[in-house]
Amino acid sequence: MKANCWTGRNSVEVQDVPDPSILNSRDAIVKITATAICGSDLHLVDGYVPTMEKGDILGHEFMGEVVEVGPGINADTLRVGDRVVVPFPIACGSCASCRAQLYSCCENTNPNAGISEKMFGHPTAGIYGYSHLTGGFAGGQAEYARVVFADVNALKIESDLSDEQVLFLSDILPTGFMGADMCDIQEGDVVAVWGAGPVGQFAMDSARVLGAEKVIAIDKENYRLDMASAQGYTTIDFEDTDVRSALLELTGGRGPDKCIDAVGMEATHGAAHVHLYDRAKQAVRSESDRPHVLRQAIMSCRSGGVVSVIGVYGGLVDKFPAGAWMNRSLTLRTGQCHVQRYMKPLLGMIEQGKIDPTRIITHRLPLTEAPTGYDLFKNKKDHCEKVVLSP
Amino acid sequence: MTTDTPSASSLRHDPLVRGLGWASAALGVPQVLAPAGFARALGVGDAVRHRSATTAVGVRELAAAAGLLGRRPNPAWLWGRVGGDLMDLTMLTRALKNHDGRGLGRTVAATAAVTAITATDVYAAVTRTGRSSPMELTAATTVNRPPEEVYALWKDLERLPQFMAHLDAVHVTGPRTSHWQASAPFGKTVEWDAETTQDVPGQLMAWRSVGDADVDNSGEVRFVPAPGDRGTELRVTLRYDLPGGAVGKAAARYFGEEPHQQLDDDLRRFKQIAETGEVVRSEGAPGGKRARGEFPQHPARPLTENELKEALT
Repeated sequence: MKANCWTGRNSVEVQDVPDPSILNSRDAIVKITATAICGSDLHLVDGYVPTMEKGDILGHEFMGEVVEVGPGINADTLRVGDRVVVPFPIACGSCASCRAQLYSCCENTNPNAGISEKMFGHPTAGIYGYSHLTGGFAGGQAEYARVVFADVNALKIESDLSDEQVLFLSDILPTGFMGADMCDIQEGDVVAVWGAGPVGQFAMDSARVLGAEKVIAIDKENYRLDMASAQGYTTIDFEDTDVRSALLELTGGRGPDKCIDAVGMEATHGAAHVHLYDRAKQAVRSESDRPHVLRQAIMSCRSGGVVSVIGVYGGLVDKFPAGAWMNRSLTLRTGQCHVQRYMKPLLGMIEQGKIDPTRIITHRLPLTEAPTGYDLFKNKKDHCEKVVLSP
Repeated sequence: MTTDTPSASSLRHDPLVRGLGWASAALGVPQVLAPAGFARALGVGDAVRHRSATTAVGVRELAAAAGLLGRRPNPAWLWGRVGGDLMDLTMLTRALKNHDGRGLGRTVAATAAVTAITATDVYAAVTRTGRSSPMELTAATTVNRPPEEVYALWKDLERLPQFMAHLDAVHVTGPRTSHWQASAPFGKTVEWDAETTQDVPGQLMAWRSVGDADVDNSGEVRFVPAPGDRGTELRVTLRYDLPGGAVGKAAARYFGEEPHQQLDDDLRRFKQIAETGEVVRSEGAPGGKRARGEFPQHPARPLTENELKEALT
């Protein structure tokens, strides 16, 4: 089959690889009908996540049709022909973390848990196409994929919603939603969202669905801010505005009640010297992540507010404003999305028309043009917001 | 956590160790009692500094003799002797360089003799400190199942190789006995018979190797209810003599076989079996329990038929 593979830093290539096979009894093989490029794929391609191997298949946002199931799968749960969306974190469904709905912290699905434990203190779940630190599972930017513990992970789509309407249930829609959910939004809340990429857009939509009074989008790409603006959100361009001052002005000096970091480790900063400082530290590996957004969100958030982090961090950051965080009673909440927790309720919201995930799609390409898709998305060419690939 | 405690009793009856101890004594006594004469015999002259250096060396030799010949000989003294030899060689080299020519032959002969002794000491230190180094490993995990169930799964000894990376096979040979086969570092295979020494259903199992085991070992597993209805805390202790002892252990670690990490990984896989029914495989680590040994891993892409055959057998 054809698959989009990582071939080195800043390099991906569509290659011919063997078809997947069942390795565990509760596996299923899915013929992929739609797959997408995620912002976190860029962290891998840019070389900021260790333990990539040349030839790894990328991609953790995919859906398709079940073409084979392992002997351990009960036919009442899943069978050949089912149309499914696959959540990116692999959950076993049985461990204490899964029972507590902390699916992305599953204790059993990462065969390389020992490495993940060394970096993070405790192991984290397996993730498709997301380095060997998260297990070395083949990704979904391919014609077929193996789905692990398919009986507890794959979400069956039984309505006639299109692929584009449900594909993002695999990652970015639940991720954006969890960003807003962790904010514990109250009546009258002003929610600021750093990053108007796909996850940021969904965090904004979710904040509104959950009752936010006002939603503020912060980015530097005009086309992304325009997308947010078209939904009725207030925008701040961080390249020509001081973000904290602008936020204070928009909130009567209080600061946003809730702040969502939908950017993560590869942030840029409006002030060139600040950006260069962290970029240089990252280049010489004395910090792995650039935490501009995290710092700014903590400094801007109103006292007693919540800073919710869904942008991906991978290692260590410098100059974390612990004093502001502690002295002003801020709550910091975060996590790789527990997708399985949110898929069904979000599917319901899509069916009811409360959220339209298709609004962010700007590019539709065949799988064979995946490298072009990466170039468009990474370099923000042609007003690229989200690329969907069809095998 | 790993600990090393060298065995004293085996050194007390070791002819090489005792020989080296007596050699230390034989050198130390004249060096302390008649330093001037000893220095002259070496051909290095009897100036005050030569005499005091000789006395100091003598004291060191007597200490080594006491350390190796005492009631509880400590193998660290073997390395102490190696250190002393290197000191002696340094001093003799300096003596050779600044020699006035008188008795040069004797100094050369002494240097040659010390070189030979150094080689013997290094050999003794490497083999003796390596011969017996019992190691104790402990690890714990929490399994989301009741203690009785976790105990029953562990008691099924023939299943242990499914998750313990180094075990190739376990055969139950009687109600309390079993035969074990494991792979050791550097491609060696070791075997032993084991007997169950304690068995309290739902709480505890302990065993030890019996007879002429390749690797003497023992271990125990405790099954403790986890607080808050979270299943069972599994606490494992293993004690064994690694082949090659301290040196073998260091070498094994160098080649990536870190025993403590292995036990942690073994328990992780046990948890996978207890909670999900099997060991989870990825394309990058298709061998299941061999995952750690597979670095650099297979790329995260499906396997060819041949690779599959190899991974699944």
